[in-house]
Amino acid sequence: MPADTKASRQMHWVKTRNLTYIILALWVLFGIILPWFAGSLNAYTFMGFPLGYYFCVQGSLIAFVALIWIQNWRQDAIDDEFGVGEE
Amino acid sequence: MSTESMSKRPAFLDNLGKVYFLYTLGFLAFFAIMAVFERLGGSAQAIGIGFLLFTIGIYAVIGWLSRTAEVDAYYVAGREVPALYNGMATAADWMSGASFVALAGGVYFGGYPYLGYIVGWTGGYVLVNSLMAPYLRKFGCYTVPDFIGTRYGGNTARLMAVIILVAASFTYVTAQINATGTIAAQTLGVPFEVGVWLGLLGIFICSMLGGMRGVTWTQVAQYIVLIIAYLVPIIWMSNKQGFGIIPHFSYGEGVFRIAELQAQYGLNPPAQPIAGLSVLTTPQNTPGDVMNSWKMVSLAICMMAGTASLPHILMRYFTTPSVRSARRSVGWSLLFIFLLYFSAPALATLTKLQLLDPNLATSIIGKPFADVANLEWIKHWASVGMLAVQDQNADGILQLNEFFMRPDIVVLATPEIAGLPFVISGLVAAGGLAAAMSTADGLLLAIANALSHDLYYKIIDPSASTKRRLTVARILLLFIGAAGALVASLKLTGILGAVAWAFDFACSGLFFPLVLGIWWKRANTAGAIAGMVGGFVSGSLYLYLVFNKIMDPWWGIDDIRFGIIGMAVSVVAMVVVSLMTKEPSKEVQAMVDEVRVPSGKTILSSGH
Repeated sequence: MPADTKASRQMHWVKTRNLTYIILALWVLFGIILPWFAGSLNAYTFMGFPLGYYFCVQGSLIAFVALIWIQNWRQDAIDDEFGVGEE
Repeated sequence: MSTESMSKRPAFLDNLGKVYFLYTLGFLAFFAIMAVFERLGGSAQAIGIGFLLFTIGIYAVIGWLSRTAEVDAYYVAGREVPALYNGMATAADWMSGASFVALAGGVYFGGYPYLGYIVGWTGGYVLVNSLMAPYLRKFGCYTVPDFIGTRYGGNTARLMAVIILVAASFTYVTAQINATGTIAAQTLGVPFEVGVWLGLLGIFICSMLGGMRGVTWTQVAQYIVLIIAYLVPIIWMSNKQGFGIIPHFSYGEGVFRIAELQAQYGLNPPAQPIAGLSVLTTPQNTPGDVMNSWKMVSLAICMMAGTASLPHILMRYFTTPSVRSARRSVGWSLLFIFLLYFSAPALATLTKLQLLDPNLATSIIGKPFADVANLEWIKHWASVGMLAVQDQNADGILQLNEFFMRPDIVVLATPEIAGLPFVISGLVAAGGLAAAMSTADGLLLAIANALSHDLYYKIIDPSASTKRRLTVARILLLFIGAAGALVASLKLTGILGAVAWAFDFACSGLFFPLVLGIWWKRANTAGAIAGMVGGFVSGSLYLYLVFNKIMDPWWGIDDIRFGIIGMAVSVVAMVVVSLMTKEPSKEVQAMVDEVRVPSGKTILSSGH
């Protein structure tokens, strides 16, 4: 377990922050950009649904659930790496 | 925490899985008994009353068993709720009468722009998880204003947070008590005003004695009831219509079929509108122009930011044992919420097909008017003013624009529309009641706790004893509940509208002060106050002007989207004022650093 120094805390935060930025960028994609362009996406069909409609009622929702679980999985790894992941 | 409670709790906590599994079996057994009772000739009303009494009885038992005299247990359930169960409790806390009763109806009548609710009310949890929950848990606060008051220091910031919390949560809770009253009145056959007070009584039973602990364990029970009640009718209908056992992945062709039928019948406004009731005029799915996209996305943004600022949700994550379990429980929460939210559009689609598709026996549009007006369910809902059929063009045929319905009743009426047995209607009523009660519990507790902890204990009387603090908290709960019921009985707005306002209030005033308090060390007291006051006042003013038609909405930002205005003002005011004034002290900056480390002691100690 690395020493709980200022530098290691700093590194922990930088990694945490970068992970959060990535997750938020994906959140913007599924929560804002895809629903915005639902009209154009409807030209395609997915599992029998118009694609734009599909994202608004299901696709983006599945993505949100996945985003949270993936972020937590990565964040646990970051916390453990710096020895701050105690239960 | 006293040793007595330490020795008493684990037995229950270790057996949570068993306890709730048996409870679920018991509920299903009760459902089966009611189904048999119906076969033997039991009336719809007796079945409905049976469901209500049975479920409320169980909640009351849980509420009684969870009674407590400890501050930590009363405010944060002793911080010992495992992630999975906190996820269920949050899902029940979250899914209100609006989600359960009104959402599918909103999608049914509102089309694409209303899908903003679906995306917004799920996507918000990504923000809760990445920006808020783990850090607030590390902080160790009892309430959301507790965080604001400690991070920014000073009673002004704390008081402002309390005011916004009360405004948002009170708006929300009246809608929930309204929904509770509607269901109780419908099922028990009593006037709405009586139903409201009966509903309130049920809410108090869950929250008065045990505070957050009681609410937590009843909410878990309520989640189980509400999700069963939501999914059973959908699956039933789906099988009748040939969409398979689980319709969620296969109703796509239903969307296309509805588009055909809409073109065939035509989406025209009614010849003579009826106040309070709607006819279908918005197509199921045609986004297309920029304005529609903006309406959808702006609504989603308000709901997402509102999710991440609503105190009754954030405070659920104060109850987990650790930071990691707080994050994990956000994951569970959204998974449980997702089960209902990806079902709502399926329900709206299937119900619409039931009514429109001439190939189905239940369809009414295009049928002879006299036949339709004689249907049992039409007569039932028309008699309470929730539905109307009028042959306005006198051609003897029911046209699409001659069928009027209150959007709020789509879910409740669906079992009858689809010709399902009464026992399903009873189940759905119990589910709707569970949804509305669980949310009302959480909201009332959020308000009463903020007033008792932040206003009374932290600002007015910091020397108050534990006993006194909890007594004050319970008395406040009574008064706020009564005030909520009083306002609800006035029936000021529809269920969905009032709920959207609560999200807008919360994100206008609290979103940026909370986020920047964790993510921007430079944020200081003056900035936070400017952000809260600026966002809340500008948002409320905009709402007042637009709602009363004193001014036209800007770029389609109407009364359910005023959070866009509030948040914009809030972030600008907060950043500008923070930069113009002195940076926060070394201690405060160190505190922010400490919040970002998941392990170690909380900032605020237990019992603070």
